[in-house]
Amino acid sequence: MRYMMLIYSQENEAVTPEDMQAVAAAHGALMDETRRRGILSGADPLQASSTATVLRVQDGEALITDGPYAETKEQLAGYYILDCKDLDEALAWAAKIPTACAGMAGCVEIRPIREFPQRALVNA
Amino acid sequence: MHDHRATVESVFRQESGRIIAGLIRVSRSFDLAEEAMQDAFAAAVINWQADGVPANPAAWITATARRKLIDYARREQTRRNNEGQILYEYESRSCTIDEEMSRPFEDDRLSLIFTCCHPAINKQAQVALTLRTLGGLTTAEIARAFLLPEPTLAQRLVRAQRKIQQARIPYQVPDAGALPERLSAVQAVLYLVFNEGYSATSGDSLLRRELCAEAIRLARTLLELMPQNPENMALLGLMLLHDSRRDARSTADGQLLTLEEQDRSLWHQEQIAEGIALVERALGRRNFGPYQMQAAIAAVHAEARTAQETDWKQIAGLYVMLDRCQPSPVVSLNMAVAVAMSEGLDQGLAMIDSLGAGGELDSYHLYHAARADLLRRMGRNREALKNYQRGLALTTNAVELRYLRRRIAELAPSTATDSQDS
Repeated sequence: MRYMMLIYSQENEAVTPEDMQAVAAAHGALMDETRRRGILSGADPLQASSTATVLRVQDGEALITDGPYAETKEQLAGYYILDCKDLDEALAWAAKIPTACAGMAGCVEIRPIREFPQRALVNA
Repeated sequence: MHDHRATVESVFRQESGRIIAGLIRVSRSFDLAEEAMQDAFAAAVINWQADGVPANPAAWITATARRKLIDYARREQTRRNNEGQILYEYESRSCTIDEEMSRPFEDDRLSLIFTCCHPAINKQAQVALTLRTLGGLTTAEIARAFLLPEPTLAQRLVRAQRKIQQARIPYQVPDAGALPERLSAVQAVLYLVFNEGYSATSGDSLLRRELCAEAIRLARTLLELMPQNPENMALLGLMLLHDSRRDARSTADGQLLTLEEQDRSLWHQEQIAEGIALVERALGRRNFGPYQMQAAIAAVHAEARTAQETDWKQIAGLYVMLDRCQPSPVVSLNMAVAVAMSEGLDQGLAMIDSLGAGGELDSYHLYHAARADLLRRMGRNREALKNYQRGLALTTNAVELRYLRRRIAELAPSTATDSQDS
């Protein structure tokens, strides 16, 4: 089953190029490893939340606002989609995802991807 | 005519955890497993009345529930076919259910307990799920025991079961790397169930006692499933040693009594003997952990025929070890009390004062209560009263409120003549 791993990090504008490089290298290594195992189904970093735009269509009208959906201390910074046999495997991979930016650790939200059609025996 | 309902109920009590664990394994669904088991027990009430109780009631229930599962699979199949969805080979699946069910399923309860206590499920839901599946308690019983509205608890259970299914929380014993951490999560859930029954005095007292008994039963099961683990031994021992004092620890009107005040002839010696034996066996493994230290402390108390005979020196040493593996303000305070009782009240008070020197404990009611207890023993009643009052202002726990109020009431008249404190 595929799990989406949403990376939430603090956005630090004072981050040094060395730190950035270290984080990028760690992501590169993880992507290589998961690709080699054939479980990487996607992974990308996102631009800072200051580049985000929210669109809401109400009564056929598009309402466009500046900024991310929620102003939180930690912002969505990137994602992985990995194919894992169960949540424990997903957790083990998620633990390897670097979330820190200049020493400020973030977190990873793990969400199972809803697959269609449901292949379970029951429980439609 | 003899009503077989009682027999069915006792089979349910004894075997439902084992049966449902196997049904969940083959159906991969808490809902279906529960439905199948309930249907099977309902069928038992009718069938056993007519045909008599079978030689192996649990096997009868399992076989009946298994047939129900196959029926459900067929029913689902039909539904899917009618909806024009992709065909599944239900026949082969039915076969698998049969084969899998006939495999020995000793370990199913262990897998189930790790699923129910998975850290991805919220703690209260872990507790409810464990009691519901392994303990065989009804949603209504659990709701009453935890003083929750039944719909709230039911919803919590549904949400947790859905998460297990949809996030695919595994149904297995975790691998060696994750095992220690996950096992301590299981132990924590069982101890929480016990404490829920043991420490609160509000609510249905019969149900609370039932909760303690259930926790002991589950701890026994855990030990049976992982018999080499010293913390499992200690957890069961700890529960038995606490539970042995159940008839002595409160007055008829529900006032909690301290160990010192309890009538020790009311302590249940059988449980104490079993508890102490478990503690000794666990400590013999020389692989210490927090439950062993707590159980050992409870054992030292249990061994003292009178409060005066308590080996406080040994207790102080055990608290030092407990503080090393599981440091917390409660442990530090208890350690100071044990030092006060073994080395002298002055030393104990000095220790408490140095703990409080940083100011972090100022808002902690037990700090003031512990300090008050020592001051009272030293005869410094006015100071003691002040500390009890400070503790009283900080606590919301009904049991502790009553205890502190009692102490305050005892001290209030005597402080007028107290000369030591100026």
